Amino acid sequence: MPVWLTDEEYRVAEAACERLIPATDRGPGARAAGVADYVDRLLGAFTFDPPRIWAGGPTSGRTGGSAGFATFHRLSTLDDLAWRTRIEGSDGRPEREFNGPVVGYQERYRRGLASLGTDFCDLDEAGQVARLRADPDFVDLLYTHACEGMYGAPEYGGNRDLVGWRAIGFDGDVQPRGWTDEEVTRP
Amino acid sequence: MTVDAVIVGSGPGGATAADVLTAAGWTVTIVEKGRNHLLDPEDLTQPASDFSNDEIKFHSRHFLGPDPLIEPRTFRASDAEGDHTFVGEVNSVPSTVGGGGTHADGKVPRFRPDDFRLLSRFGPQEGSDVANWPVDYDDLEPYYAEVERSVGVAGTEGANPFAGPRSGPFPMPSGAPMFGATRSAAAAEKLGYHPYPAPTAANSVPYDGRPACNNCGFCSFFGCPIHAKGDPVAMLRRTMATGRAELLPETFASRIRTAAGRATGVDVVGPDGKERFLAARHVVVAAGAIETPRLLLLSGFDHPLIGRYLMTHFQTIVAGGMPFRTYAERGRAVTHVHDDMIVGDDASRRAAVEGGLPWLRGGLVEHSGAALPILEATHYPWGTSHTGLMADSPIRGRLWAFIMQGEDLPYATNRIDLDPTVRDARGFPVARVTYRAGRHEHVASDHYGPRLAAILKEMGAEWTAVTTSPGRGNAASPEAVPESRHNVGTVRMGSDPSRSVVDPQGRMHELENVVVADSSVFVTSAGYGPTLTLVALAARAAHLLAGTRSA
Repeated sequence: MPVWLTDEEYRVAEAACERLIPATDRGPGARAAGVADYVDRLLGAFTFDPPRIWAGGPTSGRTGGSAGFATFHRLSTLDDLAWRTRIEGSDGRPEREFNGPVVGYQERYRRGLASLGTDFCDLDEAGQVARLRADPDFVDLLYTHACEGMYGAPEYGGNRDLVGWRAIGFDGDVQPRGWTDEEVTRP
Repeated sequence: MTVDAVIVGSGPGGATAADVLTAAGWTVTIVEKGRNHLLDPEDLTQPASDFSNDEIKFHSRHFLGPDPLIEPRTFRASDAEGDHTFVGEVNSVPSTVGGGGTHADGKVPRFRPDDFRLLSRFGPQEGSDVANWPVDYDDLEPYYAEVERSVGVAGTEGANPFAGPRSGPFPMPSGAPMFGATRSAAAAEKLGYHPYPAPTAANSVPYDGRPACNNCGFCSFFGCPIHAKGDPVAMLRRTMATGRAELLPETFASRIRTAAGRATGVDVVGPDGKERFLAARHVVVAAGAIETPRLLLLSGFDHPLIGRYLMTHFQTIVAGGMPFRTYAERGRAVTHVHDDMIVGDDASRRAAVEGGLPWLRGGLVEHSGAALPILEATHYPWGTSHTGLMADSPIRGRLWAFIMQGEDLPYATNRIDLDPTVRDARGFPVARVTYRAGRHEHVASDHYGPRLAAILKEMGAEWTAVTTSPGRGNAASPEAVPESRHNVGTVRMGSDPSRSVVDPQGRMHELENVVVADSSVFVTSAGYGPTLTLVALAARAAHLLAGTRSA
């Protein structure tokens, strides 16, 4: 169940991300990594307490140590202002508009996904690519987030079962194990 | 209560001043506008556990600050471009307890004797205000030695044939060389250069109660999860253990107040958004070479050179694609460097003459790769080629690169002032950066870029590419904003009050109880990262202020 996107928006986002990072014979794509979940958790970060902006430290528990990434950091007043403005937009509130209005991610996604069309999932590859090319500003944003959701830590909602890291032979977070001097100098 | 000193900024400069002053018995209040993720809030003598190997947190989401929505800066390449051409992240060093020390990969070379006396050694350059420093290498050597011990520096004595004299060995031996660096160093040596293990503020052995670095690879732009990095954690822990210091994070210094020719303290805005006054017998400003002149200007100080002579290193980035994996994700980010392109040779002297210059200097060359997969992925196009490119990984997996930290000369037109319209979230005018590289930087880069590419070819590169930051194209493009964080020079140090803002001890000429203890005071930029030199200067300024050493 998406936390912020509607079910229909989620399906369009998932199909669009898969078109940006498609599964090929060289590796799995965005759908297999749950990239749309990453996007949805970012847009809905403030439906969690603490908001899911920064995963904790110092370790994830994947190579030892505690599962610190699972507990997100609390935000300061200014952190909260920054991230609410970035995600929700300035929304006409003076405290968010000290340098003018800011269009938030939520509005950009709501508009961008709408412009891809409710029939986006039914289009063939060429049709989907044409729709994406028609909205380069939105696709820049979506691609940046798709890369984060594909190759970032799974605590943020993407990179499901470490699909993104495994596909590229990346070990991800390696604390507290690290690398031995031998592995560094003579891999 | 009036403290002996309010210190503005908790980065390497402020933390060092706090360490020296509290050891001398002074009471200090450290004001830091960013959050505390460095020290355990329950016990400020112990490190926190907030840092992690997390690219989203540190690279995509501004964990160490400043957040450009809250604290933007503005940029323009020259006055002719109008108020500004860009608003957002400009030359940002972290805004957090520990400052720039938290995100740096800890290369901490000393400058060399010539770096302090360009004018007398090489002469002037038309259009720039090259000058000698009022301190020289010999003045600073004891402080270099002291701060190498307090930060914890690993290095190999004698490995750099161009290094200045040392009064003692490095506190720790060099750590493990990265695989790619062993290859690029061998190629450089074959072509007659002199690479050496970079002096690095990352523990190679357990040191000062902190563990040895375990080579996790998340170094540049990341806080160290195990505190093996010589960020200011050591100095701040010692400072807090004296019981004579208070640390105020999320507190912005907005104005230095004065009366009868002396500073009386600092107005601050705390985490609750309320203003209050901190009375102090001295004010130590260590907010970095952009925020320090901003505070002096917000305070209404009117010396015409405040903010002038911004330097930040003109970077020449030379990348090569290797036919083998380079394993750049393992180790301390940069383990080898060479100085040859600062020192110069007959060919560089000819290139200077042909370029219409009396002399030229390049910069320290860092041997490094690229380690981060999100950053890599966003450099490839979307679509059917994506997964194949990520699997083959020409950028992350097979790239090796040199970054030359080119010495940029002091031009009065390159500067920090207050932006006329843009504000931070607290309502104060933000810093505006006006910066454009000059002929010297371009001639030096044009000379050394192909020579660096030749080293990569010797190493086996199938392709090479040379770029610079700032870019060489249209001045109003986003590439005009420098990538470098080595900001220096905006509150120049000197003996003549008409040609400098602070005296040779770091005190403002016109307000002698205000001391600047960061890289703002640099007279020239040298071709080296500024951290160790600014820390040595901060230690010196604090010792002279407390009377624990004499000039």
